[in-house]
Amino acid sequence: MTMTDNRPNTVIGTRLLRREDPALLTGEGKFTNDLNIPGALHLAIKRSEHAHARIIKIDTTQAKALPGVVAVYTGAELQSLWAAPMPCAWPVTPDMKNPAHYPLAVSKVHYVGDGVAAVLATSETVSRDALDLIDVTYEVLPAVVDLEEALSDKVILHEDLGTNASYTWPLLIESTPGCVEEAFKNAAYTVKERYVQQRLLPMAMEPRAIAAVPQPFGGDVTMYSATQIPHILKVMAALTLGIPEHQLRIIAPSVGGGFGSKLDVYAEELLCLALSRKHNEPVRWVEERSENAHATIHGRGQIQHVELAADKDGKLTAVRFRIIADMGAYLQLVTPGVPLLGAFLYAGVYNLPQAYDFSCTGVFTSLTPTDAYRGAGRPEATYAIECGMDALARKMNIDPYELRKRNFIQKEQFPYTAFSGLTYDSGDHALAAEKATQMADYAGIRKQQKTQNVPGAAKRIGIGMASYFEMCGLAPSRVLASLNYGAGGWEAATVRVLPTAKVQVVTGTSPHGQGHETSWAMIASEKLGIPIEDIDVLHSDTAIAPLGMDTYGSRSLPVGGVAIAGACDKVIEKARLIAAHQLECAADDLEFANGLFSVKGSPDRSVPIAALAFAAFTAHNLPDGLEPNLEAQYTYDPPNFSWPFGTHVCIVEVDVETGKIEVLKYVAIDDCGNQINPLIVEGQVHGGVIQGLAQALFEEAVYDEDGNLKTTTLAEYLVPAASDVPSITTGHTITPSPTNQLGVKGIGEAGTIGAAPAVINAIIDALSGLGVTSMAMPASPQTVWRTIQSAKK
Amino acid sequence: MIPAAFDFKRASSADEAISLIGQYGDEAKFLAGGHSLIPLMKLRLAQPTMLIDIGRITDLSYIKDGGDHIAIGALTRHMDVEKSDLLKKHVPLLAHAAGHVGDAQVRHRGTIGGSLAHADSASDLPATTLALGATYIAQGPNGQRQIAAKDFYKGFLESALAPDEMLVEIRVPKNTGGWSFQKFNRRAQDWAIVGVAAWKNGKDSGVALVNMGSTPILATSVSAALASGASITEAAELAAAEAEPQSDLNASSDYRTHLAKVLVRRALEDSSK
Repeated sequence: MTMTDNRPNTVIGTRLLRREDPALLTGEGKFTNDLNIPGALHLAIKRSEHAHARIIKIDTTQAKALPGVVAVYTGAELQSLWAAPMPCAWPVTPDMKNPAHYPLAVSKVHYVGDGVAAVLATSETVSRDALDLIDVTYEVLPAVVDLEEALSDKVILHEDLGTNASYTWPLLIESTPGCVEEAFKNAAYTVKERYVQQRLLPMAMEPRAIAAVPQPFGGDVTMYSATQIPHILKVMAALTLGIPEHQLRIIAPSVGGGFGSKLDVYAEELLCLALSRKHNEPVRWVEERSENAHATIHGRGQIQHVELAADKDGKLTAVRFRIIADMGAYLQLVTPGVPLLGAFLYAGVYNLPQAYDFSCTGVFTSLTPTDAYRGAGRPEATYAIECGMDALARKMNIDPYELRKRNFIQKEQFPYTAFSGLTYDSGDHALAAEKATQMADYAGIRKQQKTQNVPGAAKRIGIGMASYFEMCGLAPSRVLASLNYGAGGWEAATVRVLPTAKVQVVTGTSPHGQGHETSWAMIASEKLGIPIEDIDVLHSDTAIAPLGMDTYGSRSLPVGGVAIAGACDKVIEKARLIAAHQLECAADDLEFANGLFSVKGSPDRSVPIAALAFAAFTAHNLPDGLEPNLEAQYTYDPPNFSWPFGTHVCIVEVDVETGKIEVLKYVAIDDCGNQINPLIVEGQVHGGVIQGLAQALFEEAVYDEDGNLKTTTLAEYLVPAASDVPSITTGHTITPSPTNQLGVKGIGEAGTIGAAPAVINAIIDALSGLGVTSMAMPASPQTVWRTIQSAKK
Repeated sequence: MIPAAFDFKRASSADEAISLIGQYGDEAKFLAGGHSLIPLMKLRLAQPTMLIDIGRITDLSYIKDGGDHIAIGALTRHMDVEKSDLLKKHVPLLAHAAGHVGDAQVRHRGTIGGSLAHADSASDLPATTLALGATYIAQGPNGQRQIAAKDFYKGFLESALAPDEMLVEIRVPKNTGGWSFQKFNRRAQDWAIVGVAAWKNGKDSGVALVNMGSTPILATSVSAALASGASITEAAELAAAEAEPQSDLNASSDYRTHLAKVLVRRALEDSSK
């Protein structure tokens, strides 16, 4: 034994290349639609071309006559297959209105894309051709597109509900009754703003795809689906279809991105399952890109009324927010809860007395349902407070960075009990902001503005910042219970050391691009002292990983990764008992490092965990009462959310003549506590920032007044490409989370949360000399140009 | 993403292609690079029942010095136009503009003849060849004829080609003037919201607009103003005189008009450097 063998493991924190990538980059990834399933029938969905209409008649005669068509079903014909309507797992208020929603519409359609009939055919081509032969007669009703118009109830979409309002969820926190109103009355400064969070299309690179395969014996069905949530899907599908849960196996093969859009239980999944059982044949379906734009959930869709009150120094004294949130036509899995995931974050990273008045009203429109989209409620909240802070700074005529400094929760205040009663685990907002502004040369840009942003300048420069705080790592189950969420927030892991010292890590998380196989192997390697190439990560198959709560809400590492560490601890403790038995010492006398148990003070008396795995397998010589095999299962329910934070700074140049924005520099300082793999962290930040920047500059699901989506292809829906986005300068501060043994926080959504307000604040900053005080998203050249023109008037 | 059913024939020469299209008439479409037609078919917005593949007529892919002009075979790919030394020397505006068509994959498949025959006013090359005063050679059952670019574009996706004619060659006059190509869009790979192809040589000039109406627009008022001694700024104010700009998701008609003026001014300034 040499000293170097005693060095601490250094797997965690290294920039290990992702083990997932060789297959993905060489086209060897196995996605659902790559699976070869002999004899599968192809499902195609006839969709409504009207936003709101009564179904008068559906003529399927011609479609049924097409050679290769096996069956055509209308919604009415399938009604007997459903044990329950499609699930909404988050009834946010006791009186929430939730229209019955079935996989195919029966009497009325409520958005363009609502399914009205299903075709089963022997080939995908025939299934599509058959759609053109289905003749649907509608009585067209007025569409409801505008949120405020929807609230007027002039046209009611679901007549049985009597209103388009689904719910109103208030959160009024006052130290003394009336103190919010009082604070606004006494404020030295107030701001009142109205922001619109436009609808976004999640646009995962892989559209949805499903294959339901009945097993030859016993009535079991295996369903492959491009989903983020195989475990939740299994429970929900069992309840909706009345299939015994143990007869369902869900597998998510390689999944090409989700961003929340695959965190759902979809009509097509239920149709494939039900029809595969009805026909006793495999049934598969793959979504077309334009179909994806209509039939997969949308994100955002809010009108935000923002009011801030501050004292003479700019310190916040009260805030008030009124949100109208677009539910779309129906409530999908967590639709109503999405805006509320941000409800506690509208005070951002700032000290605020208990004077918080928030309320959100969810409203139905005749558009595609909304649901979780990267950040889910938290980007909206951060946008509202961070753009609001800039508005306050303009009103006070002070620098927005200075205003933030006066309001930041200070490092020494952590753990910080917020106005809401929630505890923010750790943070150092001032440090993140200082680092970001230094890297962006904030002071230098302010100087440059004095010479560049002169009257008549063709190009004006602006700098904007956003400091964010994210409540993620969903979630302590008890907190979820208090929010009436329909599931827990724990995560399960099994760690199994095989006889030959190879390791299986079984996780309940369900990766779809995040690199879990790499990160989870790193955690287990570090904990067990076993080389990373000997560790395999098993996931996304409910037969192999039966317990899990899946992947969303930046939860996988701070919940699922911590569960793996906990399972490793249990394995180590079991191995310790065997080692003590073999070395004839007390378990407490053993040290464990680098995969080796050794007796304290006698390093020559040692045994490697590899040998103990074999001993546990043979069970020839185990301590009395110890079960054979080296395996442990651990379920972790986090005691708190994880609270990553950071500051993003964006520098833009605006072509005043055309309105075109060029992002000159983008600096992202993110703090997600300890980093398992900094390369993966940076990748998450890059992707997240670009998605947030895309909301600020490019993307919008545009509808006409009849409820027709105008952005149905990637030619109209402007997902930016590499050539359209800036190089991103990333940096980090590291403030470990005190609530879990790895000291980690989530990072999946952080970039998206920080980016949109940083970009918009930069644009307004560039144009403030021209009288511009607001900027709608996306800040397209035309929108920017028009805003400049109207400011001139 | 699955087109309606269609039949497919591959032509090995222009003559064969023309005879085939004569045989199948209105139901048939020529398939060259496929980067305009195939997307329309996948969305089932176009449903030809017969595709005549002309993509492998290799003798229509060339770039030759024709003395006072450069002759380009209709099936020459955008990437070959972009990289051509002959064009870079004699018609640099065209080589440059070809480098702005779509993205690299599109430029490796799409052809100049396909782009012109598709007659999309939002495409870069119709306006560019229009500004350069190009002549297109069409071949039909009765042989070849010349069509001036300014007479070619008849309406939205509508050209002077007869149903049984195909483009075989594009002749672009050599041009030694200053030049500029302004493509204004939100993403690099997109069609222009407004584009300007311009050259200027003393008082002579050619200016054409991309996506400022149902056809590519030759901004004759701008050139006339420059010829009669107007300043660039004055001439650019006339940029949209011949245009009938449409409104769409990216730009309303009035914003397009504004952009055309700004971009024509910038193009002419750039051409004067």
